[in-house]
Amino acid sequence: MSGDPITGPAILDQIAASGIAFIVSVPDITTSAGLLWPIAQDKRFRLIRVCKEDEGVSICAAMSTAEKRALLLIQYTGLLDSINALRSAGCEYKMPVCVMAGLLAKEPGVPPTQSKSFGIRIVEPILDAMQIPHALMEDAGDERHIRPAIDAAYARSYPTALLVGRQM
Amino acid sequence: MSDGSSTAMRRDLCFKILAKHISDQIIVPVYQAAQEWHGVAPDHALTYYSIGAMGQASSCALGLALARPDKRVVVLDGDGSLLMNLGTLVTIANQKPANLLHFVCQNGEYEANGGHPIPGRDQVDFAAMARAAGYVRADTIATLEDFDAKMAGFLAEAGPVFIALKLVAGPPPSQDYAFIHGAPTRAAFKAALNRH
Repeated sequence: MSGDPITGPAILDQIAASGIAFIVSVPDITTSAGLLWPIAQDKRFRLIRVCKEDEGVSICAAMSTAEKRALLLIQYTGLLDSINALRSAGCEYKMPVCVMAGLLAKEPGVPPTQSKSFGIRIVEPILDAMQIPHALMEDAGDERHIRPAIDAAYARSYPTALLVGRQM
Repeated sequence: MSDGSSTAMRRDLCFKILAKHISDQIIVPVYQAAQEWHGVAPDHALTYYSIGAMGQASSCALGLALARPDKRVVVLDGDGSLLMNLGTLVTIANQKPANLLHFVCQNGEYEANGGHPIPGRDQVDFAAMARAAGYVRADTIATLEDFDAKMAGFLAEAGPVFIALKLVAGPPPSQDYAFIHGAPTRAAFKAALNRH
């Protein structure tokens, strides 16, 4: 079953409420119209466009040492490409890196681990192996996970992942 | 030099010159440069050791430069490291952090991994790449005297500035992975940064 879809404004309000000042991003069609284009116009955030996602992992981790909160907005393929940076800065050096990753072409209502896409199926098991907490944001109301996840990441000084399960 | 010849530009000698000029700047050294810097300036609390994921030093530095625009951030990058993250030059130039100074220690080899040559070691021009990416200024320095004479200016100049250091091999730096490679070192940096 798939409920009413989560909306971009609902997500952005929760990101802002979490104290996020910087959005670091490589575009993803999953979140392009609903999040990234609005962020580019949203005075609550400074958008940092990077060439590759692991740059963003390092930028977010470094910013945390200056008590600045940042969110890395990417596609799940970029998350997979950034595993080593996340492993190092986030997991081994215990720095908060908050990732919001679009699950490109995931079937709404289908759990990621049951997707027809191999790439999507492996995302959550990899995060589990890295002991990185994750939450799926797909239906209206799922935005309630955002602020607790981000607050916990900074309190614990460890990464977190918010997975966007449908195109917006 | 009294005879007019130049002194071999070794990394350790460069870092000793840098250490004379810094006070509260943030230093972001990578891999063997990190080991070298730790040996030269072990008490510089504002050192953000960038190891664990090769190529990421300049991205870490960009994050610090944007989060703390009141602080000068100095990257001590490696040539093999920079080749793993060339897009960083474009990202940095696009953000235009005036407080970022990016050195690359160009010794032409993967020093920590057997001394193998970097691809294109005889023709790659890092300063030209940085210039083309949009750095405010990018140059190459090949003598210690030139480095010494210009260091104060580098630290005062509005960036992002990129300087490639054409190095010759020096003595291998002592290795202190236990210090450089741990989470406590990151926590100590964070505490020091937030005291400044």
